[in-house]
Amino acid sequence: MTSSGSSKVRSGSTSLVALPPVIETTDSDQVLNDPRKSDVDAWGRSENMRKFVRKMTGPIYRNWFRVEWEGLEKIPTEGGALLVANHAGAIPPDAAVIMQGIEQELGRPVYGMADFWFRTVPVVGTLWNRAGGIAAHPENAYKLLHDDGQLGLVFPEGVKGPSKLYKDRYQLRRFGRGGFVEIAMRSGVPIIPIAVMGAEDAMPILARFPTVAKSLGVPYFPLTLNQVLLTPVLGPLLSSVAYLPAKFRLRVLDPVHFDVPPNQERYSKSRVMDESEAIRLQIQEALFDLLRHRRNRWLG
Amino acid sequence: MGRRILVTGVDTFWGARMAQALEKDPEVDLILGVGSVDPPVELSRTEFVKADQSYSILARIVRATRVDTVVHTFLVTDSTKVSGRALNEINVIGTMNLLAAAGGSSSSVRQVVMKSSTLVYGTNPRDPSFFTESSKRSSPASSRLERTLVDAESYMRDFAEDNPHVTVSLLRFANVLGTDIQTPITMNLRKSRLPYIVGFDPQIQFVEEDDVVRALEFVTTNQIPGVFNVAGDSRIPWSEVAKISGARRIPISAIGTEMAVRPLIKLGLIEAPPELLDLLRYGRGVDNSRLKSAGFTYRYTSAGAIENFTFSHRLRRSLGSGSSGYKYQHDVEAFFRHSPAVMHQDANSEI
Repeated sequence: MTSSGSSKVRSGSTSLVALPPVIETTDSDQVLNDPRKSDVDAWGRSENMRKFVRKMTGPIYRNWFRVEWEGLEKIPTEGGALLVANHAGAIPPDAAVIMQGIEQELGRPVYGMADFWFRTVPVVGTLWNRAGGIAAHPENAYKLLHDDGQLGLVFPEGVKGPSKLYKDRYQLRRFGRGGFVEIAMRSGVPIIPIAVMGAEDAMPILARFPTVAKSLGVPYFPLTLNQVLLTPVLGPLLSSVAYLPAKFRLRVLDPVHFDVPPNQERYSKSRVMDESEAIRLQIQEALFDLLRHRRNRWLG
Repeated sequence: MGRRILVTGVDTFWGARMAQALEKDPEVDLILGVGSVDPPVELSRTEFVKADQSYSILARIVRATRVDTVVHTFLVTDSTKVSGRALNEINVIGTMNLLAAAGGSSSSVRQVVMKSSTLVYGTNPRDPSFFTESSKRSSPASSRLERTLVDAESYMRDFAEDNPHVTVSLLRFANVLGTDIQTPITMNLRKSRLPYIVGFDPQIQFVEEDDVVRALEFVTTNQIPGVFNVAGDSRIPWSEVAKISGARRIPISAIGTEMAVRPLIKLGLIEAPPELLDLLRYGRGVDNSRLKSAGFTYRYTSAGAIENFTFSHRLRRSLGSGSSGYKYQHDVEAFFRHSPAVMHQDANSEI
């Protein structure tokens, strides 16, 4: 009964929402006093926190993963754009690597969009948010890309990417229902595909335990190669979070512009699915090409 | 002919301040204040009528006075002060009675302004960072307070559909801060203790009480239809609220939170109704651009509202009891308004 009541309020609320006349006011030019005491922005991101994270993970980025970029100049230096990449590794390091690389090289922030599940985890959720993570909600994405003109990063594979077994490495999963394409169309921003090589080898999953995952309330519960190899040296806890020194290579692909008007209520679903599949194939092709030129997974 | 405005809830901060603001407007001929107890502040020309909480008498008042505008401020947005039954009586039945009184083709009412709360959006991890006026709730209303507000808004929407000749304005206020206002957050700030849930630092938006009254006045005098979020710019982390206000932070367990706060509430150390506990976990943000593009300007940002509250509270504490000493006396008020012995000097009564 309540739910029907609440949906009633929303569904019809457009009738109340006639565009109001603009009233001229006299005191509009005054500057508001804004006594902020932290640098946390409206999205929850803190540049100080980002600086700290970049400083801490800098050695891993440079010396452990030895990250190399191709085509970084294809990422615009201003205006909104949606970065789309493949997602892998039991604890996926790709988001952190992409955000760090672009922030260091281009000097502009990247907001990583991930499942709302993060928000429910104490401490982790807050740190994730301060370090530039926001919930992947269509309204968030639209505001971030369209209104604020920022860079957003999404992994359309979702949890299916990082939870896949090592035998499926570098095989991209389904790209959801193409929501990311629709959001880019509505926001009027290009999609910039990024192929990431290395994340799968940094923490490969050998087996998964769905029952354990269910009882713990986590998306998946893996046994990783890292745990098998490193537990004798580092113990069970550290070996679960320590990455293997895989060589990272990232290739930025040509931006995809959509020739559709922004701000539409809906877009042709078949067009959306076609574009989504085309982007998936592009990233897949780029990955195969990167792998073709890789001599060794550790040395690159 | 000037406007004739009925204000509900003049016995609360919202209605009383709104009536005061309207009294300064020479365009307004009549201000009729309805409340269930005496008004808390001195009003110079507002006519006061006492009614029961569910406003069953309202239809008669509207017919008799032929008011053209109804400003409905009497909606409870804080569950700590009233029982669940009274909540339903005031928010749901009161709104129904009010809209019944204002509706119909023979009614003189041409505008209805209602004060609601951003509580109607709820709080949920699935929420967007900023709710727009057309955003949907992520989950059905869970607390009694939210349910009554959602129901009240749905009556308002039906009213707007049935009465297209009436200008309907609905304002959703974020957390209001003001020395005259009692909400769980202001009560905690007054005690200089802010409970927080360990591991969570949600972002929250505030609106200053002057901006609240100015927003109500803005849509009323300019007759602006529509739903509007009213909230100061920027969302601030709860930890920063403690920094700006200088309040001490009281940690509360993230597991078994409801149980953990119970003894603290019993001891009177903090206020923590279910709506606040939800807010302290996931926060809430609203997009305030629609009211701005209608021409409204805020005097305070979210951080400014906290700072201003802190300064005024310190001042009030230093000066001792903050009460104005005003007490409503019916005969005295009637004398000043209606006795031929009183010489009225304001421009309004001269013309």
